[in-house]
Amino acid sequence: MIDNWPILSIVTFLPLAGVLFLLLIKGDEKALAQNSRFVAMWVSGFTFLVSLPLLIGFDSSVTGYQFEEKAVWLAGTGIGYHMGVDGISMPFVLLSTLLTPLSILASWRAITHRVREYMIAFLVLETMMVGMFVSLDMLMFYLFFEAVLIPMFLIIGIWGGPRRVYAAFKFFLYTLLGSVLMLVCMLAMYIDAGTTDIPALTAHQFAESMQTWLFLGFLASFAVKVPMWPVHTWLPDAHVEAPTAGSMILAGVLLKMGGYGFLRFSLPMFPLASEFFAPLIFTLSIIAVIYTSLVALAQSDMKKMIAYSSVAHMGFVTIGIFTMTEQGIAGAMFQMISHGLVSAALFFSVGVVYDRLHTREINAYGGVAAVMPRYAVFFMFMMLASVGLPGTSGFVGEMLVLVGAWHASSWVAFFTATGLVLGATYMLWLYRRVMFGAIVNDQVKAMEPMQMREFSIFLPLTFLVLLFGVYPMALLDVMAVSIQFVLDGLSASGLSLLAEN
Amino acid sequence: MIFDLADILPALPEMILATLALVLVLVAAYGGEGAQNAKRVTRIALGGIVLALMLIWSGTAADATAFGGMFKADSFASYMKILVLLGTFGALYMSITPLAKDDINKPEFALLVVLALVGMMLMISANDLMSLYMAVELQSLPLYVVAAMRTNSLRSSEAGLKYFLLGALSSGMLLYGASLVYGFAGTTSFSGIAAAVSVDQLPLAFIVGMVFMVSGIAFKISAAPFHMWTPDVYEGSPSPVTALFAIAPKVAAMALMMRLTYGAFGAIEVEWSQVLIALSIASMIVGALGAIMQRDIKRMMAYSSIAHMGYALAGLAAGSHQGALSVLIYMTGYIFMGAGSFAIILLMRRDGQSATRIADLQGLSRTHPMLALGLMIMMFSMAGIPPLAGFFGKWYVFLAAVNAGLVPLAVIGVVMSVVGAFYYLRIIKTMYFEETDEPLDTDMPTANKTVLGVSTAVILLFFLGLSPLLDAANVAATALMTQF
Repeated sequence: MIDNWPILSIVTFLPLAGVLFLLLIKGDEKALAQNSRFVAMWVSGFTFLVSLPLLIGFDSSVTGYQFEEKAVWLAGTGIGYHMGVDGISMPFVLLSTLLTPLSILASWRAITHRVREYMIAFLVLETMMVGMFVSLDMLMFYLFFEAVLIPMFLIIGIWGGPRRVYAAFKFFLYTLLGSVLMLVCMLAMYIDAGTTDIPALTAHQFAESMQTWLFLGFLASFAVKVPMWPVHTWLPDAHVEAPTAGSMILAGVLLKMGGYGFLRFSLPMFPLASEFFAPLIFTLSIIAVIYTSLVALAQSDMKKMIAYSSVAHMGFVTIGIFTMTEQGIAGAMFQMISHGLVSAALFFSVGVVYDRLHTREINAYGGVAAVMPRYAVFFMFMMLASVGLPGTSGFVGEMLVLVGAWHASSWVAFFTATGLVLGATYMLWLYRRVMFGAIVNDQVKAMEPMQMREFSIFLPLTFLVLLFGVYPMALLDVMAVSIQFVLDGLSASGLSLLAEN
Repeated sequence: MIFDLADILPALPEMILATLALVLVLVAAYGGEGAQNAKRVTRIALGGIVLALMLIWSGTAADATAFGGMFKADSFASYMKILVLLGTFGALYMSITPLAKDDINKPEFALLVVLALVGMMLMISANDLMSLYMAVELQSLPLYVVAAMRTNSLRSSEAGLKYFLLGALSSGMLLYGASLVYGFAGTTSFSGIAAAVSVDQLPLAFIVGMVFMVSGIAFKISAAPFHMWTPDVYEGSPSPVTALFAIAPKVAAMALMMRLTYGAFGAIEVEWSQVLIALSIASMIVGALGAIMQRDIKRMMAYSSIAHMGYALAGLAAGSHQGALSVLIYMTGYIFMGAGSFAIILLMRRDGQSATRIADLQGLSRTHPMLALGLMIMMFSMAGIPPLAGFFGKWYVFLAAVNAGLVPLAVIGVVMSVVGAFYYLRIIKTMYFEETDEPLDTDMPTANKTVLGVSTAVILLFFLGLSPLLDAANVAATALMTQF
């Protein structure tokens, strides 16, 4: 029966089978490169298909985890092999399995040297991303969470731009420093609760004073991942230097690891500390939204501008999560999925013109719309989705976050809305400078039109952005019960505190 | 005094190796000159190590004392001896490759290594101040000689001399400390000392003795601030010798440290754990910061080993069963990381000459993809990145530390591991992000391939074998804690 299949394990480890296969194939350099592309494409595409039963078989009325798998790993120590998804993690799994084949497709022509190693890195990355979202054991979560750094470090460092070494080191060390502090907190939690099982830890009550420290430790890690101001500085460097596909995955999935972590650990396990630190998070997020939007305005590099806009957008996410309201959290979740699709598409848009002109300087472009009209349509659509135009998924997320923020404080809502305006400014300005106006650069005239391959990457992303924009319930329904579960946990801990007083 | 068989049987593996060493003296002396004989001696030595390994593995020599209580064989000793034997086997195995012939083309090499090995195994089983000192000296003296094995090289002679002088100093400290401890306890046996320290009033001189002994052993495991010899000796010695230094003696000395602190001084944990915490913090910081400046990979590995000892000591400082267990897990990962890394460092040659600058690794991922992959895995593991072996070592070490309330120690440890990650990443950067037009030699002897393959597999799949390993380490730690 298909019901009894360990689907999550298959989805997680299938890419590794592709890695083994890639290690075995032989041939001269050219054939090897081409075969590697096809193997990686088929394996990741097949992984996506295998992950579809998660969506079809998902029962959105059930509280708790589905497709659960348990196995003995370290018997008698409270550490085990435990996988499962709920409404919060399931969308991320699909986002990862969708974006991986798309980013492999996006690197089809851009990557010409060491193709096999590149594809291996991407497949390993997919395993780590999916594994992280489906882990229901804290140690397993950490293994995947941290192991993501290895392939990403190599992707930036080997296939990146001129300052790739600096960017790769900055990315790795920044993230590692945050993570090891989280590790110490995990040790303390394991000692306190005697287990690393996430559902058991969620049910465990940590002492209030302990929660404060644990929250700060986890914040160190997730804030770097999200990234929040002022620890965001690795992101623009990493994005600018990473190859297009690397940026797509980085913005599309890796940034979400922080937001997911807040929802999986910080809120359910340290509710009192979360409430206590919410104003701090709001402050940092508001600074992120406004400051990075202003910084984005000043950029002359397209990728850097979109990278800063990512920081601003993730600021919305952290605001939404810490409003601790149904709308806020749903909005944050929605925004994360939406941003995953939109930012991947935007980075790909930059990649499309970069492949032709080999520069990301905004001034080198102008009038592209006349040469590549179909491309102009897709870029415009994604740009508007990023700005939050009604009818696109970006609107729903931002709207819900604003409603949630209004519940928390009208000031938070006010500043958040300011960010929206600024976001619209720099994105529209970027679009005007790149796509419209007279063609000043002769190379722009010679740009070849969009290919089928590029079209097929834009198409699914556009479809989903539009679908979630006009029918948001498709996503909201899936998440609703799980979000309610988080909220119930929060109010229950509040009640228990009142009872103690 | 009449020995009956039961009183010496627990030391059977050691006796076999000691006898073998004597036989090897004859083979070395009468087997003729040159590489052929060196190879023969090494092969016989490897056979002896395998035999000892099988004996210990099968449990023939478990849970008993010998030589009137001076020698202790228990599951802790078995665990550590297996590590030492595996590490020595790997280092010795790699030394018989044709590449290494200009370095240590002498029959004495394997013979001296076997003698040192007997010393290391006796250190692990030491249960008396007398046997402790004898074992330490038996281990040290042959190693002083092999460090200076390359007689036509000034650096090698310098390394040997430096190692000898500082080693003699540490032996002196150990001996002085031992005499103070003996003076107070009135006995040299560990169980007698343990009984003597459980009284309430301890004179200051006894504590001084304990600190001297711990410092003496800290020299042997190259914990800061007693680490000064390590970089010079690592760099100056012939590479196969460095490989041996990096792996086996550290494990033996760590075992001795555990026996002494958890066993003989078990009752005054408060006193020695402060010393260990200081040693641990100093080693983590010196190791991490010192390695950043290095250009030679052997020197870098020296600082890296100092840092690793700092992490292991953090677990030891917890003073608990969990602490002992964590050190066992840590050392297990450590020997495989060391063996795997040195399997590659030994191959770093250009036109037949040893080339061990970090810059020599440039473009290795292009010219030797498999070596680069192996070294990358070793480096990520040493940096403690999951899911590799090094991570699990750190997980258990810091778990023990946090559980014992040493949270600041754990925080310093993890922050220093980030600093450490920088120089491990630098190696990966040199191999993967840089290009070269002067590739290293492509000869790849079977020995190095085998050691590298086995080590890489162990490091990569450590999580699969963790459960049985934990069981074994648990039994060993229990044996250590219930010595008396």
